[in-house]
Amino acid sequence: MSTQSNSAPLIQLRDLSKIYRTGEVEVKAVRSVNLDVRCREFVAIMGASGSGKSTLMNILGCLDRPTEGSYVLDGAAVAGLNRKQLAVLRNRKLGFVFQGFNLLARTSSLENVELPMFYTHPLISLHERRQRAVGALEKVGLGNRLGQHPSQLSCGQQQRIAIARALVNRPELVLADEPTGNLDTRTSIEIMGLFQDLNDSGITIVMVTHELDVAAYCKRMVVMRDGQVISDTPTENRRFAPQELAALDQAQKRAQLA
Amino acid sequence: MLLARYLWTFLLRPALTALIALRALRRNKLRSTLTALGIIIGVASVVAMVAVGNGAQARIESQVAALGQNLLSVFAGSRRSGGVNTGLGSASTITLADANAIAREVTDVVAVSPEVSSTAQAIANGRNWSTTITGESPDYLKIRDWKLASGAMFTEREVRAAAKVAIIGSKTANELFGPLNPVGQAVRVKNIPFVIIGLLESKGAGMGGQNQDDRIIIPYTTAMKRLTGEKYLRSINLQVGSAARMEAAQQQITSLLRQRHRLTAEKDDDFNIFNQKEIADTVGSISRIITLLLGAIAGISLLVGGIGIMNIMLVSVTERTREIGIRIAVGAQPGDIRLQFLIEAITLSLLGGLIGVLAGVGASRLVGMVADFKAVVSTGSILLAFGVSSVIGIFFGFYPASKAAGLDPIEALRYE
Repeated sequence: MSTQSNSAPLIQLRDLSKIYRTGEVEVKAVRSVNLDVRCREFVAIMGASGSGKSTLMNILGCLDRPTEGSYVLDGAAVAGLNRKQLAVLRNRKLGFVFQGFNLLARTSSLENVELPMFYTHPLISLHERRQRAVGALEKVGLGNRLGQHPSQLSCGQQQRIAIARALVNRPELVLADEPTGNLDTRTSIEIMGLFQDLNDSGITIVMVTHELDVAAYCKRMVVMRDGQVISDTPTENRRFAPQELAALDQAQKRAQLA
Repeated sequence: MLLARYLWTFLLRPALTALIALRALRRNKLRSTLTALGIIIGVASVVAMVAVGNGAQARIESQVAALGQNLLSVFAGSRRSGGVNTGLGSASTITLADANAIAREVTDVVAVSPEVSSTAQAIANGRNWSTTITGESPDYLKIRDWKLASGAMFTEREVRAAAKVAIIGSKTANELFGPLNPVGQAVRVKNIPFVIIGLLESKGAGMGGQNQDDRIIIPYTTAMKRLTGEKYLRSINLQVGSAARMEAAQQQITSLLRQRHRLTAEKDDDFNIFNQKEIADTVGSISRIITLLLGAIAGISLLVGGIGIMNIMLVSVTERTREIGIRIAVGAQPGDIRLQFLIEAITLSLLGGLIGVLAGVGASRLVGMVADFKAVVSTGSILLAFGVSSVIGIFFGFYPASKAAGLDPIEALRYE
C-alpha cells in the first residue's frame, strides 16, 4: 500500500485493453498489456505514433478508463471508478507533465503551481498552499520567477513550472507525455536532468517518448507496437544530464573553433 | 476537522471558485460588460415600466377619488327627438320628489344633493364670464369631498328660503375678481344679484378634462325657481355610507325609481345611475392590465438578456476548453468546473441586475420629471427583477456549465 513498500508495485496492469469503436470500425489501441512499475522507478514508454503508448498513458493518468483488464494504482483498483473518484486520484496521487506545458495563460507561475491544491479535499490552508508552491518552484530552479506569467518565460522555464505543478501535491507518480517534444537540445537535456534529480530524490516517473535519445535518460525502457508491449528492458548505456551537457558544450566550442 | 471540511465544501470552495470566476470575467471586461448590458436593460426596463405603470395608475385613481367618496349619481335618461339623442340628463324624468324619496327610503344613502344646471353669463366687478351655474344642496360639498378656501356653505334654511347666495369656484373667481377676495361680493346671473358667501378650493381638471373650478354653486331651490324655472332635475348626487353598500344602494334606488316612474318590467330605465366605485374599479383594472403589459414586455427583454448570457457562456466554454482540460487533469471534479461557470453566469446576471435596478430607478425619476405624474418605484418590482435575473443566471448558466463539466479531459487538453 505505502510508497515505502517494495513488495507491492505502485502500478499493476493486468490484461489491460482499450478498444475504440467508431461506427463499424473497432480499433484496439491497447491489447492485453501486463506491466508493473515499482516505487522509485523511471520508466520510458516508447513506440511509434499509433503504437498505443498515448492511450496507455491516458489510462495510467486516470484520464481514460480501460475497456478490459485491471489497473491497480497504489493499491486502489481504478477500473471501476467514476469521474469524480478518478479526479480525486489524479489530484492526490498523480502529477502530469505535457508536451505543450498546458499552463494557464495570464496567470502567474505561483498560481499555476497552486492550481492542483485548489481542488484538494480537505482544505489546504492558503498559507500552506503558498509555501508548498514556492517550495516546488524552488525545487525546479524558478524560485525567483513567482510572479511571472507563462508568456514572459522561455519554453524551458514553462516546462519547469509544469513540473513544479506536477510535484506540488506530493504525488506517488509523475506522468510525462513527450516532455521534451517542444524543446531544443540543450533545454531537453536540462529538463531530463531535472527529472533524473527528482527520481534520485525518490519520485517515480513514467514518461512517454518516441525519441531513443530521451528515453536513454530513464532507467527502464518499455517498447510498444500495435498496442502491445514488445520489449521491457533496463536501459543500457544510460545517459546522465551533466555529462551530456558538458559534451554539448565541447561540441559547440569545437564548432566555433572550426 | 469536520468543521473545516464543512466550511471547505459549503463556503470556502464556492468562495474560492467565485474568485476564479470573477478573475475570468475581469479578463474579458468588454465582453462581460456587453453581456451584462442585456440584463441591465432588461431589469432596468422592468423596474421603470412597472414604476411608470404604477404612477399612471395612482394618478388615475386619485382623479377618480377626487370625484368624492362612495358617490352615486342618478342622471335623468336621454331623450330622443327625431332620431337625435340629446344625452344624459336632458330628459325630464327626475324630480325633487324622487330625490326626497331616495333620501327617505334608501337607508344606505347618507347625503343627497339634487342638481340642476345651466350655463349663464356671470357679471361682477365690471367683468363678465360665461360659466356653469349649478343648484345643489348643502350636502354637495360633503358628497364631492370638497372644501371651501374661505367663507361658508349655504345652509338648509337658505335652501328653503331660495336665498340668493352663491359659492364660487376658484377659476371663476379669478376671472371675475382677480386677486380680490370674492367672499362678500355680489355677482349677477341673468339679472339676479347673488351674494358670494364662499370660495371653493381648487380641484383641477376632472376626469373628462373640463375645469371643475369654473363654476358657481347656488341652492337648488333658487336655481329651479329663479334661473331655470323647471321642476325637473338634471341629476341627483348621492353619498352612500360605505363602499361595501354601494351595490345594494344602487339596486334599491333603481327599484325605487322604477316603481315611482311606473315602469313596467319590459320597459328600460328612464334614468342612469353612475357608480363611482364601479368606474374606479374599471379604471383600476385597466391600469393594472397596462402595468402588467408593460412589465411583461420588459420581462421579455430580460429573457433576451438571459439568452445573451447563455450564448456568451457557451462561447466562453469553447474558448477555454484547454483551461478546463488542465483543471480536470490536475484533479478538478465535474462539480468544481460546473460551479465555476455557474458562478460566472450568476455573477454576470446579478451584477447586471444590480446596475439595472439603479438604472431603472434613475429612468423612473426621469419619467417622473417629464410626465405630469410621479413614477412609483415599487420594492416588489425591484425584488422581482433582481430575483428573476439571478434565476436567469442559474437557468441559462446551467447548460454551458454542465457542458464544461462534461468535457472529456483528453480531448480538452488536445483542443487548439
